[in-house]
Amino acid sequence: MHITEQAAERHTLSIVVDNEAGILARIAGMFTARGYNISSLTVADITEDHAVSRITIVTYGPPAVIDQIIAQLDRLVPVHRVTDLTELGPHIERELALVKVVGTGDHRIEALRLAEVYRARVVDSTISSFVFEVTGNPDKIDKFCELMREVGLVEVARTGVAAMSRGREAA
Amino acid sequence: MSSEKSGADILVEALTDLGVEVVFGYPGGAVLPIYDAIFRQGKIRHILVRQEGGAAHAAEGYARSTGKPGVVLVTSGPGATNVVTGLADALMDSIPIIVITGQVPTQLIGTDAFQEADTVGITRHCTKHNYLVQDPARLGAIVHEAFHIATSGRPGPVVIDLPKDVQIASARYAKPASPLRHKTYRPQTEADPTLIEAAVAMLAAAERPILYTGGGIINAGPAASDGLRELQALTGAPVTSTLMGLGAFPASHDDWLGMLGMHGTYEANMAMNQADLILCLGARFDDRVTGRLDAFSPDSQKIHIDIDRSSINKNVRVDLGIVADVGSAIDDMIALWKAKGHKAADTGEWQRRITGWRARKSLSFPASDHEIMPQQAVKRLYELTRHLDPVITTEVGQHQMWAAQHFGFEAPNRWLTSGGLGTMGYGLPASIGAQVAYPGRLVIGISGDASVMMNIQEMSTATQYRLPIKIFILNNQYMGMVRQWQELIYASRYSESYSEALPDFVKLAEAYGWTGMRIEQPGDLDDGIAAMLAADGPVLVDCRVAQLANCFPMIPSGAAHTDMILHAEEVIGEASDEAKALV
Ligand SMILES: Cc1ncc(C[n+]2csc(CCOP(=O)(O)OP(=O)(O)O)c2C)c(N)n1
Repeated sequence: MHITEQAAERHTLSIVVDNEAGILARIAGMFTARGYNISSLTVADITEDHAVSRITIVTYGPPAVIDQIIAQLDRLVPVHRVTDLTELGPHIERELALVKVVGTGDHRIEALRLAEVYRARVVDSTISSFVFEVTGNPDKIDKFCELMREVGLVEVARTGVAAMSRGREAA
Repeated sequence: MSSEKSGADILVEALTDLGVEVVFGYPGGAVLPIYDAIFRQGKIRHILVRQEGGAAHAAEGYARSTGKPGVVLVTSGPGATNVVTGLADALMDSIPIIVITGQVPTQLIGTDAFQEADTVGITRHCTKHNYLVQDPARLGAIVHEAFHIATSGRPGPVVIDLPKDVQIASARYAKPASPLRHKTYRPQTEADPTLIEAAVAMLAAAERPILYTGGGIINAGPAASDGLRELQALTGAPVTSTLMGLGAFPASHDDWLGMLGMHGTYEANMAMNQADLILCLGARFDDRVTGRLDAFSPDSQKIHIDIDRSSINKNVRVDLGIVADVGSAIDDMIALWKAKGHKAADTGEWQRRITGWRARKSLSFPASDHEIMPQQAVKRLYELTRHLDPVITTEVGQHQMWAAQHFGFEAPNRWLTSGGLGTMGYGLPASIGAQVAYPGRLVIGISGDASVMMNIQEMSTATQYRLPIKIFILNNQYMGMVRQWQELIYASRYSESYSEALPDFVKLAEAYGWTGMRIEQPGDLDDGIAAMLAADGPVLVDCRVAQLANCFPMIPSGAAHTDMILHAEEVIGEASDEAKALV
């Protein structure tokens, strides 16, 4: 017997929630309980009184599953609203990564040259290593890491995606 | 300004303000302050169960039979973990219960203190919502909010975890102004009128319509059942129902098709398969109903009305989804149908096809004169008690399906069963809950020899409160439903499904202070039932039935509605791995 899977789409969801105890477990646990995927998840409170948080989740799945994910999120009691930014259309996604590269000689020079192309900043250096800070959409960061792998990448830390719709409307 | 009182007193006062009359519970260290507050008051009745799992199912039975929320009070740690099955059950079947669990004092949380369990963590995904109360000043508002959440929208279980120090600390309490307006939780109850318009137009144009109804109609209150009957009368559409929706439409009605799904009638499943319009009212296209999804009602347009948006398009893509309280949406449809002057379409051809399917008599079963056929026992139970309008509960297994097939329900809130989770051990405590709610009514638990053992200790609860429940065991000495699947799918290899070492149920009954009876011969069935009804107080009936009877019709897991097995002769001995992988 074989288990079949359907073609997946990548969606970025913005979830505005009441910042109560256990809210992250509630959201993340819903994904695991129902077998949904999380590619990245970021969370921080976004109001002056710290009462409301925005959770940004990048997920993937067939369209029907994405619809279900949104409906399931929407019915959780502490959820104010869920926005499918991908569905909404043009929006901004940003992620920050710290990338450590170890090497000497040509590799080191090449690493610096690539960093410049990607507008990555050197935030730490030793005789034989750099830590770069790079921001951008996840594709750009993927690409940067891929190139750095050729010149001595040893470690990556990524924040996950923060996202927002374009234009004057708040989503 | 009201004076300060303890958290325990606030809890009791808030429950009283919410109209709570009964609490099902079991004491322990972490709820002693609450039990003391209960001791000092006179409005709320406490029913002491024998295991906390019994309290949860009793509360479910109370809720399902009355339409009011059921309330449970248990201690921390094992008290809380024992109610988890009942929470999962109530979540699946959308039953409003509020479970108050004691917790170790706030400063001990996280230290592995005696009888500490992470109750909010454990129950997060088997409740509609849960709370850990850390401030007695918030307690009153939380209790009111918990009731609002449990009973509105799609109902469900809510847990309030209450640390012992919060029960003792004092604060002010004032009854909040109603209705509550929650900052994030606002279930949509009114349908979008343009969608109602579309639904009515589709219904009026249908030639082969069917109303597929579910537990949502029961949850929407008795008025929704009245609405369903009116909508049916206007449209002339035949009606089928899920296990959870039985009673919303009268079983004696000419247009009643019986239950649909895995053990539904041939006519109900064929009509679903061949319909050109399915109007789903408060049901959720669950796998027990749809069978093989790609073969489910291929040529119909589908309208789904549900209060839970996530139920729409979850399993089956529908043509029109309407988020609303189903009772309110039915009323809107009726009003619009009348305003538009629609007449019931000529469904003569459709009715003739249905009559043809009915003629297959899919609920027929082989007669026997030397052993009691379980189906016959349910039928006689129905015929001999229907004039008494009983509340029927079941456990889980063949007896549950036979009860659903052969007991007719004319009104909602008479049928209490564990549908979504399929929890053996539900029926006996649920009977207690219903009998507590209606002391004067006839409450019969149709049971199986294996299931009844799962919460058998609750017999003692019935004795203590003189609850005259009648537990009617269809004793086949097997976990019949397991045995049936093993017969059909595993070439009769009966692995661990024999009920070895059953107690003598008659003596067991007597030991608990009940009346015990045994019925063994077909000729004694009617007298036995009459004797059960005549006895006052609780009765346990050990009705010995044919051991190897199977429940038909049956759509095997993963098969299409049209691949229904009607009789035992059509059965294959061993199934494929694909079929074995399905539940
Ligand atoms: C708590 C629980 N455990 C296991 C099951 C799986 N199960 C479903 S039906 C059944 C057999 C029930 O036997 P019995 O109560 O004798 O009823 P019968 O099928 O014979 O009518 C079992 C074990 C279940 N539904 N619930």
